[in-house]
Amino acid sequence: MQPTFYIAGGVAVLSTVLMLTRLNLVHALLYLIVSLLAVSVVFFVLGAPFVAALEAIVYAGAIMVLFLFVVMMLNIGRSAAVTERQWLTPGIWTGPVVLAAILILEVFDLARGASAGLGTGATGPKEVGIALFGPYMIGVELASMLLLAGLVGAYHLGLRKTEKPEMQRDTGIDEGRADTGRDLVLAGTDRSARAT
Amino acid sequence: MRRNLIFVLMSLEVMLNAAGLAFVVAGSRWHQADGQVMFVFILAMAAAEVAVGLALVLHIYHRFKSLDVDAISEMRG
Repeated sequence: MQPTFYIAGGVAVLSTVLMLTRLNLVHALLYLIVSLLAVSVVFFVLGAPFVAALEAIVYAGAIMVLFLFVVMMLNIGRSAAVTERQWLTPGIWTGPVVLAAILILEVFDLARGASAGLGTGATGPKEVGIALFGPYMIGVELASMLLLAGLVGAYHLGLRKTEKPEMQRDTGIDEGRADTGRDLVLAGTDRSARAT
Repeated sequence: MRRNLIFVLMSLEVMLNAAGLAFVVAGSRWHQADGQVMFVFILAMAAAEVAVGLALVLHIYHRFKSLDVDAISEMRG
């Protein structure tokens, strides 16, 4: 498992450096997604499959979609035609695609090997759940309070004026926020049900 | 130096991810589940932080028409 770990770590470092040096927001987001997926592969190799799945789903899925929502809603590019032509050049997505292809080849290799862990064994989701709801109960309660505070705060910030673009912005934020955590799904669906 | 607010938030995500990676590596080294538990907490904190932060970014962009952090220096003493 050693070369897999080093390749995934190298991909993570390289894509993070490329993310920091991009000038375009969407290109930087692409590299950031590749970096998070690479860190997810590193977690899997280290013997933490639950955290690896959580990283891929929540970080690379929900939070990056939230960033993408905001970037598209802000509509940063002034001259749209020039920007579109610039984005359509094929040289831009090849970097993230190559790095992600390296990662997916590693994942196939790992799935064929059917064993994870640099050390002796993996720490599965069962042990993590027992630790989470055993000695770390207070932390879970504090995290739920933090998520509730984040929900109320983002709702308050998104609901300032009732003009038409503001309403669009509010629904976008609400959708993204409902994706960010499982604790928020109930509140998000409740609010959207009340709004309709 | 990057002065875009969304880049600031994205770099914050990278830093939180690095902290979580350190926790998971330490937990894997000693074969304990505590590192992964701490990563779950970091994940929840990052989700709440990015929701509020992006709502603030939208407000700032609608008010100042700019994402430059230097444009928002009204509270500087």
